[in-house]
Amino acid sequence: MTDKIDHISRQKFMEELRRYQKGSVTRRHFLGVTGLGAASAVLGTAMPGLLPRAAQAQTIGDRVVLATWPNYHDPANFESFTQATGAAVQVNVFGSNEEMLAKLQAGGSGWDVFVPTNYTITTYVEQDLIEPLDLALLPSYDAASFDQRFAGPGTVNGTVYAVSKDWGTTGFAVNTNHTGGTTPTTWKEFWDLTQTTFSGRTMVHDYQLTTIGNALKYFGYSFNSIDPAELAKAEELLMACKPHLFAINSDYQPSMRSGDAWMTICWTGDAKQMNRDMPEIVYVLGREGGELWSDFYAIPKGAPHRDAAYALINHLLTPEVNAKEVMFHGYPVADARVNALLPPEILNDPILYPAAELLSALEFGAAATLTDPNRAELMARFKSA
Amino acid sequence: MQRRLSTWLLLAPAGLWFAVMLVLPLCFVVVFSFGERAAAGGYVPAFTLAQYANLPARATAFRNTLVLAPLGTLLSLVIAYPLAYFLAMRADPKWRTLLLILVIVPFWTSILIRSYAWIFILGGQGLPAVIEWLGFGQVRLINTPFAVLTGIVYGYLPLMVLPVYVSLERLDKRLLEASADLGAPPMRSFLQVTLPLSLPGVATGCMLVFILLMGEFLIPAMLGGGKVFFIGNALVDLFLQSRNWAFGAAVAVTLVVIMLVTVSLYMWLMRRMGGVRDDVALM
Repeated sequence: MTDKIDHISRQKFMEELRRYQKGSVTRRHFLGVTGLGAASAVLGTAMPGLLPRAAQAQTIGDRVVLATWPNYHDPANFESFTQATGAAVQVNVFGSNEEMLAKLQAGGSGWDVFVPTNYTITTYVEQDLIEPLDLALLPSYDAASFDQRFAGPGTVNGTVYAVSKDWGTTGFAVNTNHTGGTTPTTWKEFWDLTQTTFSGRTMVHDYQLTTIGNALKYFGYSFNSIDPAELAKAEELLMACKPHLFAINSDYQPSMRSGDAWMTICWTGDAKQMNRDMPEIVYVLGREGGELWSDFYAIPKGAPHRDAAYALINHLLTPEVNAKEVMFHGYPVADARVNALLPPEILNDPILYPAAELLSALEFGAAATLTDPNRAELMARFKSA
Repeated sequence: MQRRLSTWLLLAPAGLWFAVMLVLPLCFVVVFSFGERAAAGGYVPAFTLAQYANLPARATAFRNTLVLAPLGTLLSLVIAYPLAYFLAMRADPKWRTLLLILVIVPFWTSILIRSYAWIFILGGQGLPAVIEWLGFGQVRLINTPFAVLTGIVYGYLPLMVLPVYVSLERLDKRLLEASADLGAPPMRSFLQVTLPLSLPGVATGCMLVFILLMGEFLIPAMLGGGKVFFIGNALVDLFLQSRNWAFGAAVAVTLVVIMLVTVSLYMWLMRRMGGVRDDVALM
């Protein structure tokens, strides 16, 4: 296997620690080489002693809580935010929009910033769970530079509730070492392989929209269907596949990289990240279609660190910072200012920017799927079967 | 009169705690279980038995829990008893404290992190790779009931060892000498003296582990990969994903009822056996 995570030896770690303590290397360098950068975001809140002393006055507080998706941010960008403002970024990772909605509906989530997907925003507005954004506090957001196809859903009834983070597609990733030379190209093949030669090796998202949606695609139905008869067919397929699955989990990179799983429903950036390290893992958009989506930064009602929330969004949308985000997570962004900073190999990458005929078959998720009780119960039933 | 007042005062914090944190929420859960899911998820008041009628949709999760929780308890006991016996009866007293600490050491790290470790041990590049290298062919361990059972026994072993150890450690060793003097071979002494006298510890350990296992959520989620669901996992899903609070409440109430019945039955059984033990202790 070609898992490229560089583990640092104990001796090397101690050497680096001493160099850092003596002041001969920067904190940034230390966190980078030891891999502690990612961990420090979490540790920072648990062990306040590790927090850096902020140079500036701590007007925005000492922390900001971000609810987001797996493998979705460059830890170095959180680090620079903390360095500049003194607020440590505490990250909560979620695998579905339903999970985020449930936490906000229950109340007291403690989040300052969250990352909802296009189709959920109208529901958040209806449920009064999302804060209208004060764009004066987001100087680095320039609406004119954003592609409206992807940034548009952040505005509901003329009010901006969410600003565009990035966009992407939902296809599947497959390890071609196990396909015998041919790469599947359709969702039909995805589900058929799962029940035959890939038995015990396939993963699906712990997320009703994509797992049910792409099961619907097997029969050629809409990704967004809430028709009970069509959902019943999808359930039949999912139940037949359940014994053949490796796992139901939206954080599939570890299992794909270790070789335990060979195929998984997959988002653009995860495919890019895996393909970068293991070229045998390729990304496929089912020819029948599937999902095209865009994600947003938003602030929930009652965010405990509201100032820090604006500061963090503003930081992450700064074109230079956002360009680093793209280089890390591998999702395309809708901001022309960021694209101007990106190298051409990224802008021409077929994983990030699929061929037009594949893209045109995709659908944006529909708001109805988020609240439809049948889809919700189908997913829960599938998981507990 | 004075004493009675102080008794009440001393009991007040615990009583208030139970009333506010246990009884009151439980009442809410019972009320919710007769309600309905709101349009966008959540709860709307109603009076319907529909949620209870829908319980068979979670039959597999109930079955997994009711099979794997007792099995996990039993396995923990089988592994813990000899260990506790060794610690209490055979281990050099010099080392005993250290060995006991070693039993508890795993608790110093979060079960979440320890379960992550098991993901790697049971994953394709862990134990299965070793088994394949030894020539026993391909096996899959992670995301199977076996993996969940392993995690359970690993996680709950200390909770079983400690009560059994305490009951064995307190055992009056003169009873064993008497038994030997009267000509009983070691095995018979164990079966007729040691084992019955250690039953209270066994009972406590089993109860402790079983009750916690019935509500287990983390280990099946981490080592079952969404394929070995406990009721705890189904509940998390209903509240934190499909947002069907009414159905979730009905499942929770059912779980509480099942627990009440099994635990009462168990306590009744233990009390009957405990009667025998008291006779022994009197001797």
